[in-house]
Amino acid sequence: MAEVEETLKRIQSQKGVQGIIIVNSEGIPIKTTLDNSSTVQYAGLIHQLVMKARSTVRDIDPQNDLTFLRVRSKKNEIMIAPDKDYFLIVIQNPSD
Amino acid sequence: MPVSNNNVVASVRKGSIAQKAPGAKSNKTSSKKKDEEEGVDTGDGWDEWSHGKALTKPPDQLELTEEELKTELTRILTANNPHAPQNIVRYSFKERSYKPTSVVDQMAVHFVLDGSLLHQDSDEARRLRAKEGLPEETATVDTGTEPEEEKPETPATPVEDGGEVGEAGEEDRPDSVASKTDKKEPKITNQFNFSERASQTLNNPLRERSCQTEPPPRSIFSATANQWEIYDAYAEELQKQEKSKEKQKAVPSKKDNDISKKKMMLTETQSDDIGKVDKASKIFERMVNQNIFDDIAQDFKYFEDASDEFRDQEGTLLPLWKFQYDKAKRLSVAALCWNKKYQDLFAVGMGSYDFSKQGCGMLVFYSLKNSAFPEYIYPTSSGILCLDIHEQHSYLVAVGFYDGCVAVYNLKEEGVEPVYKSTAKTGKHTDPVWQVRWQNDDMDNNHNFYSVSSDGRVVSWTLVKNELVFTDIIRLSLNGAVSEGPEGAQQPSIACGTSFDFHKQIDYLFLVGTEEGKIHKCSKTYSSQYLETYDAHSMAVDAVKWNHFHPKVFISCSSDWTVKIWDHTINTPMFTFDLLAAVGDVAWSPYSSTVFAAVTTDGTVHVFDLNINKYEAICQQPVVAKKKTKLTHIEFNPIYPIIIVGDDRGYVTSLKLSPNLRKKPKSKKGQEMPKGPEVEVAKMEKLLSLLREPEQSTV
Repeated sequence: MAEVEETLKRIQSQKGVQGIIIVNSEGIPIKTTLDNSSTVQYAGLIHQLVMKARSTVRDIDPQNDLTFLRVRSKKNEIMIAPDKDYFLIVIQNPSD
Repeated sequence: MPVSNNNVVASVRKGSIAQKAPGAKSNKTSSKKKDEEEGVDTGDGWDEWSHGKALTKPPDQLELTEEELKTELTRILTANNPHAPQNIVRYSFKERSYKPTSVVDQMAVHFVLDGSLLHQDSDEARRLRAKEGLPEETATVDTGTEPEEEKPETPATPVEDGGEVGEAGEEDRPDSVASKTDKKEPKITNQFNFSERASQTLNNPLRERSCQTEPPPRSIFSATANQWEIYDAYAEELQKQEKSKEKQKAVPSKKDNDISKKKMMLTETQSDDIGKVDKASKIFERMVNQNIFDDIAQDFKYFEDASDEFRDQEGTLLPLWKFQYDKAKRLSVAALCWNKKYQDLFAVGMGSYDFSKQGCGMLVFYSLKNSAFPEYIYPTSSGILCLDIHEQHSYLVAVGFYDGCVAVYNLKEEGVEPVYKSTAKTGKHTDPVWQVRWQNDDMDNNHNFYSVSSDGRVVSWTLVKNELVFTDIIRLSLNGAVSEGPEGAQQPSIACGTSFDFHKQIDYLFLVGTEEGKIHKCSKTYSSQYLETYDAHSMAVDAVKWNHFHPKVFISCSSDWTVKIWDHTINTPMFTFDLLAAVGDVAWSPYSSTVFAAVTTDGTVHVFDLNINKYEAICQQPVVAKKKTKLTHIEFNPIYPIIIVGDDRGYVTSLKLSPNLRKKPKSKKGQEMPKGPEVEVAKMEKLLSLLREPEQSTV
């Protein structure tokens, strides 16, 4: 646990990382480094996106699964790693 | 009975002759007449008007004169039937004689009238209707009130019966008649005066009682069943089945399981929330780093120095990632080793070469995918001087320490302690271990590795169950042969091994470099003598390595500033290169038999390709930030064109070889470039033969 905390701390301290959100399978944010409103917004929207993406991958091949999702946008990059019960969202501005 | 009696009386009173059937009829008609005269329609007579009011007389009515009609005849009614016989005797079987019956029935039946009502659905009614041709509605009513027409049909028998009754006085008859009438019209007892009486019991007031149960909880469930959900459901079911099977098997040892389960539960609950994103967080670290060092990643994959074309033979090294771990900053890199299975992963052994600055060490693993933080960290109590990753089982790492211990780490096991470690009891070296190397598994499939130390021993270590078993392979001595006399007395004659390498093909053959600068060719099977001794260097041999391709060639480097290339069959060096600084390490490239690289303490990397230049390095590039930093070790990546170099400040730098440094021999146009180890061997052989011939000619 401490190891994960440390890893998260390291990620947060990396260049250009704007925030980390941990969301549970229902889409409820559990841990966040962003402010409340944007956390809720990110969590809600991305949860849907991930579910859709995962559904797509698994529909094509049920034995397959989504492991990572990167959304590259003009301003930043949203990276999502869906785990079994939780998924991690990191927002990074790679050009910073 | 009273009815019939009444009839009798009435008929008598009317003065009509008390005759049997016709009498009765006349009686009736007469009463009808009376009714008509009175102009009152009785209940019986209301059908009369449907037939017209003409007076009808039976044809056989007696014609009586007025006088006759008016004469009064006196008749006395007695209770005795004058016709009843008084002398009836019956045979009594009991007394065996005829006995007179004293009691005779006095009843006389004068008139019998069968009920006139018919059921409208009965056969008779239908017959009547047919006869009369009347519509249905009136049929029932009519039949009741038309004695005339009815008579000839139905009463035929009763009339005669009545006569007989009257005359014969038979007892049975009236009963039968009565029963007949009963049968015919069971409902009607009285044709003149219906009375219906009904009473109602007190009805209990109706009550309605109802209650409603609490409605069961409802929930709306909806889901889409797509293919993967179905798949998951099946997979889950399979798992359950397997589990239940296991349970059945594992019933006897349940107690132990429970305990372990509890422990598991404890650990699980501790790491409930965030622990589950462990893997994801690691992925993220890599991803974030990939984003940050995107340009480096691009360079690593795609950049080829275009300026090489104008540089003729020389090449350059492009610095890529720099690996550094804060806690190991003051330690120097003492060993580097790539993981053969995961080519982006390499191990770094941290320690110190300085005798006065010995302390703890550290074993760290970096991945090219995450330069910011090590993948694995194992702090050690003593400085690490060497390490080796098992080729097949890449999770096993053998480590040699400054304090003379050797240890084996298993990356799969949790915790920071080695799974195997040699102790004083189990033959640990008494001096720093300078090199360890995994060997092929022995006959019993136990993993084993070799180590060399400055205490002069080359030891083979075998991993047996949970301990390290050691076997001394050779004891090095200064004077050619291995010391044979009693130990201790010959102490000073012991040579200090600093490096060794095993022949790539010949399993038993290996080289040992010593602190004195000599290199010994030894065999695993002959522990008493060297196969050959090369007077190689004037200072300690830092590294000795066999060529990857050519089976005869090996390279050695030393702090005496030189790198030498040898043919092991000849005890003079084939090539000697002076690098103008102490050489820390040298490494053959995995892609060419003629390319090698060396690092010197002045912070420079030297890359040679003998095929291109036999006399000078084709690349000499300082790669450290500070002038004083010394480079200690170098390794080629097994597949990518990069090298990693370690320095004495704990940094590991990865460098990309420019195209010139990995140039293939020019091929003739249109000719397919041959590849493979044979080509590489031939390339080296060609070089060697060039050197040998002049020597021979001189000799």
